[in-house]
Parts: sequence; structure tokens; C-alpha cells
Amino acid sequence: MLNPHPGLPEFEYIKPASLAEASQFLAQHVGDARPLLGGTDTFVRMRDGFWTDKFLVDVKGLPGMTDLSFDQVKGLRVGAAVPMNRMLRLPDVALYYPLLAEAAESVASYQLRSRATVVGNICNASPAGDTIGSCILYDGVLEVHGVDGLRDEPLVGFFKGPGKTILKAGDIVLAVKLPVPPVSNVGHYIKLGRNKLSDLSIVGVSILAYPDKKVASGFHFRVALASVAPIPLELKNLTEVLASGKITPELLDVAAQAAMDACNPIDDVRGSARYRKYMVRNLVRRGLENIWLKLGQ
Amino acid sequence: MSLHPVTLKINGSLEQVNVPANMTLLTMLREVVGLTGTKNGCTAGECGACTVLIDGEPTNSCMILAVECEGQEIVTIEGLANEGRLSILQESIIEQGGVQCGFCTPGMLISAKALLDRNSNPSDEQIRAALVGNLCRCTGYVRIINAVHQAAAHIPEA
Repeated sequence: MLNPHPGLPEFEYIKPASLAEASQFLAQHVGDARPLLGGTDTFVRMRDGFWTDKFLVDVKGLPGMTDLSFDQVKGLRVGAAVPMNRMLRLPDVALYYPLLAEAAESVASYQLRSRATVVGNICNASPAGDTIGSCILYDGVLEVHGVDGLRDEPLVGFFKGPGKTILKAGDIVLAVKLPVPPVSNVGHYIKLGRNKLSDLSIVGVSILAYPDKKVASGFHFRVALASVAPIPLELKNLTEVLASGKITPELLDVAAQAAMDACNPIDDVRGSARYRKYMVRNLVRRGLENIWLKLGQ
Repeated sequence: MSLHPVTLKINGSLEQVNVPANMTLLTMLREVVGLTGTKNGCTAGECGACTVLIDGEPTNSCMILAVECEGQEIVTIEGLANEGRLSILQESIIEQGGVQCGFCTPGMLISAKALLDRNSNPSDEQIRAALVGNLCRCTGYVRIINAVHQAAAHIPEA
């Protein structure tokens, strides 16, 4: 049994002066150092003894980390050190990326969102990460600084397993960038927790949709699921199903069943695999109906 | 572990302290500065008993290192009263009977103050959402929510 009230273990606090210095330090101390953003996952993992790093490298003061900007050409850039509450106060986020806004608002509590960051949520790579699905559906790209300099990493292919990503030693994510979103996009995030607010998700359903004249249904749908697979999961087959013909209640049923068939959850303390699978079907169905109303149909 | 000098403002007064890297703001407030109104509940960012304002934002003080607070302005429960006079929120929670064991009260009031600072006339639902990170095992929340409504009604129009 873990000590229910452990203190933080001993570590050194490093505040590098430049990105190059930060990447160098992290690369030279592989397994002993990690970047520190809001700390809302880091401190819990360290108190519980799961992470035993000797150095926390506070990267929040590095150039660009606290920048938050939106423009009609480049889209949204959320610096890695921008807390969710600050991001949510930028009106463009709710206006152009409603799915991201709704997902971020579902994370834990208001005071935790004063510290929690979207990039931290992504890099923690929990299958339950609430904001990850929305960032995937908005085609998010991470700006990464490594020992070889700057590069972009798309979120597709970024996750390798629970807590595992393609990031290498010395890599620091500077920001998540979301391109200009599809015109008239609507979104809905449904989070099933053990209580109504603030819990981790048993199942999380992110749905994005927008008008698309090129497909038979007239609408492009994208669906991503949290907490039902080792990594955040986009269900590409649902996009096909929901493009294939006129949107009817029967087609929504088919899509919801396809979502249930496509996911592969596990039993854990928050819910059984079987329960999760049924909830995926029910919540995807409910979410699609909500989206359909938002699309004005 | 090396010590880090930190200068910050706590309830309006400038403090200079030397802290080890692994000391949270919560521990610093309680054990170095001696402000024990802020409570240590879960040390996991879930119960909200340790909530303080950092530059006006309610934050779990167990989830931030003291060394990260360099140059910031902290308000704790001790900072709500003004020259010995309780704030409207403090008076309201007493009048409404929103305190039983009292352990959650400091964090609850800080979250409520932050809510009223950004929304002077919140709905029931907005109060519940703002206080979701503050757990109370005694009151059942209703009297606390009533206290926030009462305080909101007494806030002078801007």
C-alpha cells in the first residue's frame, strides 16, 4: 500500500536559460530528468513513487512557451506553458475550436485548469486525456525542440501506448498548433465519469462535424475516443459510414455500432471493458444526435 | 538539494524565503511563513483544501513548487479579511451555516472569491462548476452555495 500522504521526493529544480541548454540537459540526463509544465500529472506521479527523476527542468520560461495566438491564416497556436484557463479566455478558441473549448472545460476542476496545459495533457499520453481527441480532430501539430533544433510532429502517429510517445531524449514540446478549422465546424465532447464533473473519463467521445458538399451525406464527421484503447483513437471508419448517404436515425445507429465494434477497452478501477463498449455505442449515438442538432438539421 | 531564494508577495506583504526544490507552495505557506489557514488535504489536486489565489487565479497550492512562485502575488484565506473585518463571503458562509468541521472552508472561500471576481452574479450551476474542485464531506454543499449567492447579492454594483 502506497503512503496516502507522501511528500515530494528530493530532486533538483533546473531553470534553463535557452531552448538549446534545456534540450542539451535533458539529453544528457536521460531517465533522470523531465520537462516540467503545470505539474498536475508530474507531482502526483512523483509523490506516488512512479517517477523518480533527479531533475525537473522548468521549461515554462523559455521563448514562445507562454504565447497564445490565433489568426485566420495560421490558425491557433497554444504555447506549452499556457494554462487551460488562459486558453479558454481567448474568445477565438470557443468561436473557431468549440470542441477544444468544451473538452478543456471538462478537465478536472477550475483551480487545476489554472495550472494544467493542453500540451501537458498531450505529452502525458494518457488514453484518458480529455483534450487529445479534439487536438487530433483539428489536425493538431506539435512544435518540438530537440537537440537537432526545431521540427513539427503531427499528432497522428505521436502516441505509442499509455504514457508513451515518439518524443526522444532532449525533446521539448513548445506548442500545439491547430490549423484554421473547417468553416462552420461544430463539436461535442461527452465525458462519462464516475461523477458528473471533475472525474477522469471512463469513456470520452469527441465529435467534430462540418458541411462538406463532396460527400453523399453533405457532412464530414470525425470521431475520436478516449479511455477505450492504449492510445487516443480516431475512428476513421465512422467518417466513411457517416459520409455514405443521407443522415437518418438508422445511419446513426449503424455508426454507433461501428464505434462499439472498433474499440478495444480494458477493465480498470473506473469501469469494465464490457461496460465501456456499450457506453461507446450509446454515447456516440447521443453525441451524433447532438451534433446533428448543432448543424441545424 | 540546493536552496532557492524566492521573493513573492503574500497577502500584500513582500516575503523572501529560501526553499528546497521539492517544497510546494502549500508547505511553504504553512511551515515556513506560518499561515496555517490553507489546509493540506489530499496532496493530489483533488480536494481543493489548499486552494490559494496566485495572481488572482485559484490554484491548488499542493500542485505548485514554491520556487515556481518567484515574483507572484499570493492571497490565502488570511488575506480575505481587511483590518480585522471579515469579508462579505466570510460573513455569508457563517450566516448561512455553511461551515461544519471547517477543513474545506478556506479553499472553498478562495474558489468562491475567484468566481465572484470574474462573475459577480453567478447561477447555481456556475457556482457548482466553480466549486467542483473543493470537496466538503459535512455540509452537503447547499448552504455553501447559498452563502455564495448571499455574498453575490451584497457585492456593490461596479
